[in-house]
Amino acid sequence: MSVTGLTKLPVLMRFALIGVAAVLMPLMLAACGSEPPPAPAATAAPAAASEPASAPAAPESDTIKVGILHSLSGTMSISETAVHDAELLAIEEINASGGVMGKQLEVVIEDGASDWPTFAEKARKLLQEDEVSVVFGGWTSASRKAMLPVFEANNGLLFYPVQYEGLETSPNIFYTGATTNQQIVPAIEYLLEEGKTKFYLLGSDYVFPRTSNLIINKQLTAAGLEAVGEEYTPLGHTEYSTVITKIKAADPDVVFNTLNGDSNVAFFKQLKDAGITAEDLPTISVSVAEEEITGIGAENIAGHLVAWNYFQTTDTPENVKFVSAFKSKYGEDRVTDDPIEAGYFGVYLWKAAVEKAGSTEVAAVKEAAKGIQFAAPGGMVTIHNENQHVSKTVRIGTVRDDGQIDEIWNSGSPVVPDPYLDSYEWAAGLRELAQ
Amino acid sequence: MTTMSSIMTVVRNASAPVRMHDRIGSWIAPAIMLAVLLAAPAVLSDFRIALLGKFLTFAMLAVSLNLIWGYAGMLSLGHGVFFGLGGYAMAMFLKLESAGGKLPDFMFWSGLTELPFFWAPFKYAWFAIPMTFVVPAVLAGALGYLVFRSRITGVYFALITQALALIVSILFIGQQAYTGGTNGITNYTTIFGYPLNAPSMQLILYYASVAALVAAYLLCWWLISSRLGRLLVAMRDDENRVRFSGYDPAVLKTLVFSLSAGIAGVAGALFTPQVGIISPTMMGIVPSIEIAIWVAVGGRGVLLGAVIGAVVVNGAKSGLSESFPAVWQYFLGLLFIGAVLLFPSGIMGLLRGEGWQRPWWLSREQVRGAISRLIPGATR
Amino acid sequence: MEVWALQLFNGLSLSSILLLIALGLALSFGLMNVINLAHGEFIMIGAYTTYALQQAALNFTGDAQSGITFLIAIPVSFVVAGAAGYVVENALIRFLYRRPLDTLLATWGVGLFLQQLARTIFGAPNVQVVAPPWLGTALTVTADLVLPVKRVFILGLVTACIGGLYFYMYRSSEGRRMRGVMQNREMASSLGVSTRRVDSFTFALGSGLAGVAGCALTLIGPIGPSLGTFYVVDAFIVVILGGLGQVPGTILAALIIGMLNTMLEFGTTAVVGKVLVFAMVILFLQWRPAGLMRAKGR
Repeated sequence: MSVTGLTKLPVLMRFALIGVAAVLMPLMLAACGSEPPPAPAATAAPAAASEPASAPAAPESDTIKVGILHSLSGTMSISETAVHDAELLAIEEINASGGVMGKQLEVVIEDGASDWPTFAEKARKLLQEDEVSVVFGGWTSASRKAMLPVFEANNGLLFYPVQYEGLETSPNIFYTGATTNQQIVPAIEYLLEEGKTKFYLLGSDYVFPRTSNLIINKQLTAAGLEAVGEEYTPLGHTEYSTVITKIKAADPDVVFNTLNGDSNVAFFKQLKDAGITAEDLPTISVSVAEEEITGIGAENIAGHLVAWNYFQTTDTPENVKFVSAFKSKYGEDRVTDDPIEAGYFGVYLWKAAVEKAGSTEVAAVKEAAKGIQFAAPGGMVTIHNENQHVSKTVRIGTVRDDGQIDEIWNSGSPVVPDPYLDSYEWAAGLRELAQ
Repeated sequence: MTTMSSIMTVVRNASAPVRMHDRIGSWIAPAIMLAVLLAAPAVLSDFRIALLGKFLTFAMLAVSLNLIWGYAGMLSLGHGVFFGLGGYAMAMFLKLESAGGKLPDFMFWSGLTELPFFWAPFKYAWFAIPMTFVVPAVLAGALGYLVFRSRITGVYFALITQALALIVSILFIGQQAYTGGTNGITNYTTIFGYPLNAPSMQLILYYASVAALVAAYLLCWWLISSRLGRLLVAMRDDENRVRFSGYDPAVLKTLVFSLSAGIAGVAGALFTPQVGIISPTMMGIVPSIEIAIWVAVGGRGVLLGAVIGAVVVNGAKSGLSESFPAVWQYFLGLLFIGAVLLFPSGIMGLLRGEGWQRPWWLSREQVRGAISRLIPGATR
Repeated sequence: MEVWALQLFNGLSLSSILLLIALGLALSFGLMNVINLAHGEFIMIGAYTTYALQQAALNFTGDAQSGITFLIAIPVSFVVAGAAGYVVENALIRFLYRRPLDTLLATWGVGLFLQQLARTIFGAPNVQVVAPPWLGTALTVTADLVLPVKRVFILGLVTACIGGLYFYMYRSSEGRRMRGVMQNREMASSLGVSTRRVDSFTFALGSGLAGVAGCALTLIGPIGPSLGTFYVVDAFIVVILGGLGQVPGTILAALIIGMLNTMLEFGTTAVVGKVLVFAMVILFLQWRPAGLMRAKGR
């Protein structure tokens, strides 16, 4: 089968081929967009995806480069693609209405590929090679932790759009998702007020659930209670019959669910099959939003609780506009949810800070960002003066049969972010230990 | 006397192309590559150098896999684990240095109040750095001895090492208090007291990677041209004959597997400070099987092939995923298929003219026609 | 007491799922020594076939709730995944029979390709298959012993698959030829059996069974492009323990692993349970490298 013709090539020619290959390799590396001005092709391709209204051949000073870094492939692309879409929508809207300080935004899109070292590599590329003014990106805590040292060492700016476990304040990151006192802590307070006393904690085995449950356990202890069970399953776990048996044996009032991604689908399907309804045993989830409900199947999760800062049904004029813009760009069957909204308004917060600072320089933008407000789809958001998180309204809702969420409780006014839970007596010492 | 010397000349001439060929493979091409690598920092930006430095640690990993797969015929689908263990050993050292005597952040989140005993010695470089080699080598030695003693080979060995990758990555994710969980270990700022992110430090690490790669290359090269190397190839081709000749294949295989794992560990130790993170994603099933494709693309059983394969595939991955994220998966899939179906001896095989597999949809004549059109006189 | 009965049922149910995903793999390995790492993606094909069929039914009749669509989806998934397997075998695997390690890499490539194809066609997010109402209920034996109908259904489906497979292998002339090739390829070939035909047909059969598994898994798990990756490693562990390629061994191995996993998980946690089972299998292989049942006749 093998053709041996090539062996008859003169030895020197083969030698030359090897040499050429050896030389070409670094060149190929260099061609991947190393020098921005003479190699426009490398950055033009991703930028074209955003269809900015700018003139294509505009000199560099007329545009501001911004980066988007989410997982567009791999397991996390399920969730992150939608946030990436929302950030592109915001950038497109800003460009259509005249840009930032009269300059059009030029987007450089990178793929984190659901792999944390790749996030670090791509963040470094965006900051050092493309010299972007700001990056919108990340989803998992792991991806944020991987990017954090890169942003700090290169003095970059990251807008991170997802609720997380708190206990972090990087000077180079703006956190537009909820921290613990804007989601988990009020959710527990709500359940305690509802008279629940037996909590079962179920989560995927990684940092967010473990840290959340550490905090919840402290909170429960302060209320004189103790969790009746705490269980972690591997990421991607799909067999929940044994866990459900354990839950039944523990007989809790409520299951606090911090499962991640696909595991939720298996858990809710199998919970329903076991004949357990939301009336028998309600669950409250903090990682299940409208986007995830589509995959779980609304009929499997209807009646259960979720805690967020925004629902697609949230009743504000800004949200009506946002939902219709999102659907008209990406399709009627698409839904919006909390991280999508946080990704979207993050772009606007940055724009406001840049315009106030009159510059895209990081220190100036950070200084100007203090106290900046924006009427987001989920209500007014304000950047905190010190910790660079945002104040936002906490909302708890029940899942409807059509996959949308009905709000049943909200905090009334935006809650000031408190990533180290300094204002809670039972959380004393968290800050000292975390730093 | 004259007849004798003329015969000698004839013999020498007859074998000349072969020896020339060997020399290209073993000296000239590696020397050119080394020169290119040494000169690269003069041409490339800091970012590209950091990237190339990362690829070089992958190249070293590929060399270690090639040693046992290409030469000894044992395909390990768990080499990511050994790479990861080396990376973790280094990360423990860096993390303790950065934490400056305090408890690393992730331990606190997981509810630990004091440093676990097995972490403590990792604050000394003299302990941590040798451990990057020793820990993976010992694990591989133990697993290898059990497996090879039961004469598990081929596909069974591949599947067992794949299961190892799964177990270890689940364990590392699950033991968050001791390993940092899914996040892995990240956010170290200094190495031996110098800032890790400074371009000069990145350059030092780059040259350290080049040096380590050269050392690993020479070590493997020395090994395979020694008696042990010939035994390895003999075992790959017929294990029973080697056994009947009085050697114990289990011991030989264990030794080589263990050495290979150690080299992979050192590669991981160089990866960690350059990329700034080590996490269980590096140890799972997917990265472990990707290593095999680097080797297959470069050329199995040729040391240089592994280096070329690792750099080319990762370079392509970086370049392609920058512009077309969705295309990368298709490309990678086709690369796996193509590398075994059409180019079983990889890039090196193509360059050295060792042939390629005729595509099944073409007849022999069509292929010959195409080649003679492309390279006149190539086929006769 | 009821808890233990329920756990016994859960173990049986997990065993049946493991068996369903491992059966096709065992067939192709037993016959051809082919490690098919794309097996998980054939499961995914079955799941997406079920989804596509339901969407089509929704568009034509406006009613996806009727159980008939789902019942039809089972044979359709079998045929679609089987056809995909037939194509892969003919285009790729038949060239690699003498190089098992290369097959492993090539099928991994096929898997990556199919995953991305699913992502391109159906999008990255999970999709949803609505289970027919008669499957969505639970059988109440006693107050504490409630058995999900879906799991009982899957148990039945697996039993039917094994019955069908048994009938095919031992009661049909095609099956006799297949067993002949399994036992002694050269001899069968010299007696006039077209081993080529048997090979590609068996591989298609194995892929088809993966398709059925995919269809059944839509009832209890997520449906997305990377769905296969959740199950394929477990399937391999079962096949290895069973003694590569032995159908009776595979059944026994699935039972053991399913029961062990459920009981260990109940006593410890899901993570520890999984790790313990893997460790036990590896230790067992030290003792009996060929698995529970050794291949005979070679």
